[in-house]
Amino acid sequence: MAEPLLTLDGVHTHIGPYHILQGVSLTVPQGGVSVLLGRNGAGKTTTLRTIMGLWRASRGEVRFDGRDITQLDTPSIARAGIAYVPENMGIFTDLTVAENMALAATSGPIDAKRLSWVQDLFPPIRNFWNSSAGTLSGGQKQMLAVSRAIIEPRRLILIDEPTKGLAPAIIVAMTDALRQLKETETTILLVEQNFAMASSLGDTVAVMDDGRIVHAGGMATLVADAGLQERLMGLSLEAHQ
Amino acid sequence: MSETLIRPRIEARPLGERLAEKLPLLLVPLLMLGGLIVTGSPSTWATLTVAGLAMGLMIFIMASGLTLVFGLMDIINFGHGAFVAVGAFIGFTVLTWLSGWTGHPSVLMNLAAMLIAVTVTMLATGLIGYGFEKVIIKPVYGQHLKQILVTMGGMIIAQQLIHVVWGPDALHLSRPLALQGSWVIGDAAIEKYRIVAVGVGLALFVAMRHVLKHTKVGLLVRAGVENGEMVEALGYRIRRLFLVVFMVGSALAGLGGVMWGLYQETITAHMGSEIMVLVFIVVIIGGLGSVEGCFIGALLVGLLANYTAFAAPKVALVSTIGLMVVVLMWRPQGLYPVVKAK
Repeated sequence: MAEPLLTLDGVHTHIGPYHILQGVSLTVPQGGVSVLLGRNGAGKTTTLRTIMGLWRASRGEVRFDGRDITQLDTPSIARAGIAYVPENMGIFTDLTVAENMALAATSGPIDAKRLSWVQDLFPPIRNFWNSSAGTLSGGQKQMLAVSRAIIEPRRLILIDEPTKGLAPAIIVAMTDALRQLKETETTILLVEQNFAMASSLGDTVAVMDDGRIVHAGGMATLVADAGLQERLMGLSLEAHQ
Repeated sequence: MSETLIRPRIEARPLGERLAEKLPLLLVPLLMLGGLIVTGSPSTWATLTVAGLAMGLMIFIMASGLTLVFGLMDIINFGHGAFVAVGAFIGFTVLTWLSGWTGHPSVLMNLAAMLIAVTVTMLATGLIGYGFEKVIIKPVYGQHLKQILVTMGGMIIAQQLIHVVWGPDALHLSRPLALQGSWVIGDAAIEKYRIVAVGVGLALFVAMRHVLKHTKVGLLVRAGVENGEMVEALGYRIRRLFLVVFMVGSALAGLGGVMWGLYQETITAHMGSEIMVLVFIVVIIGGLGSVEGCFIGALLVGLLANYTAFAAPKVALVSTIGLMVVVLMWRPQGLYPVVKAK
């Protein structure tokens, strides 16, 4: 069996007086989409931020590609090959789309072929190249956020609720784009509340509750077991559709 | 991805909203027009306007660094005035050493002396800024109350050190020969030094805009002002950027100190803390983190201070505070806030 790309082993994270992650152990295999599910406040966003070093793990270990990255700072983690699309998208609204993309290309000028591929994936990036990012719609901003994450090849992309607040048509389009992205060698760790979308993309799934992983396994298993869905998340895939 | 599903569309903002964004640009010419009406004399108006622009642009030199430090680093640096005062005294020392050049009839010698004084001052205050950030600022990142206390403490220490090195008395800082006196155009007398101050301020504004708009460092600064965490998540070490911006801000304060000292022709250890009132007003009017807002705010403050000093001297002292109140009632986050997304 191939070495997992990312492992979290007994990770605890405190934010001020609050003990958010309480021993998270998670494995993300190479390639494909791993989904992190759970109700609001379960600790999904904190898990992603802890992986990125934005909040420091107080205990436990985070390993990426066989290397301990627990104590690395955020820029070092990013340069190790992990891209992050935060829940609030993190778009620089004062900058143009082109400037946002230029900043995301950390190793030098943007590769034209790669840019063309990204723009085919997300046409608004081409159409509004010189527009201020602040004037884009919510869906277009989300596309820009994901485009920024993939403008250079990354080993792992952490995406936090990319469909939150988007119109159904945009959700379909975003799902389609992530499916195409999945076909490349990029590994995605996706936090998502939309179970229908998550189940259509995910290969593996972990469910969080109260700062712990309460279930981990194949997505197909969870999709096929309405009782398990009900027990873990309080509702089933059928109820979502 | 099917393009039909995500047909790109930017919803046009209402015309009123777009015009409102441009309105602050009209404030400076409107104020100048108001000044012309109040003074009633074109020559007086010209003299006051040049004085106001010079004063405003010197304040801009001091405030531009502070607004970036505010916006990018979220640091409330009440010690910024220390760099103004230290800069003025270092400039005084250099110009005293070069008194043979400053008193020489050659314009080139005069300007060379100015250039050397400004360069040495900016290097020195930039380096002092490096130490200030490492020793005083770094331990209190994210703690505003402590920032206020320690940076004010830093300024008091700097003032006392000035007393130790240069003595407690006010010093006379004379301008180079070529920058003394006025040009008389029609009935208007325009001080030569004010024209130089306007030139330096405008050049700095153009240079800062160029760096911020057209270089990667500038992009990083603008992005960092808006969302420093995301800049780090992209792989950039924002701490280094903080340090560089702080050093540049300190160097600019030093430059402003020399310029202001030559303008007033008298320097004291407390000149930094005195001018900081106007500097903070400008930063607040402009909107935190905004160089453009700071530029407009500085021009408004400089012009208003000069017009009211002429028309109603008793009102002059409060006019800038009144301006700040009016602007904040209109735009509570300043004219062009950059850090509103934080």
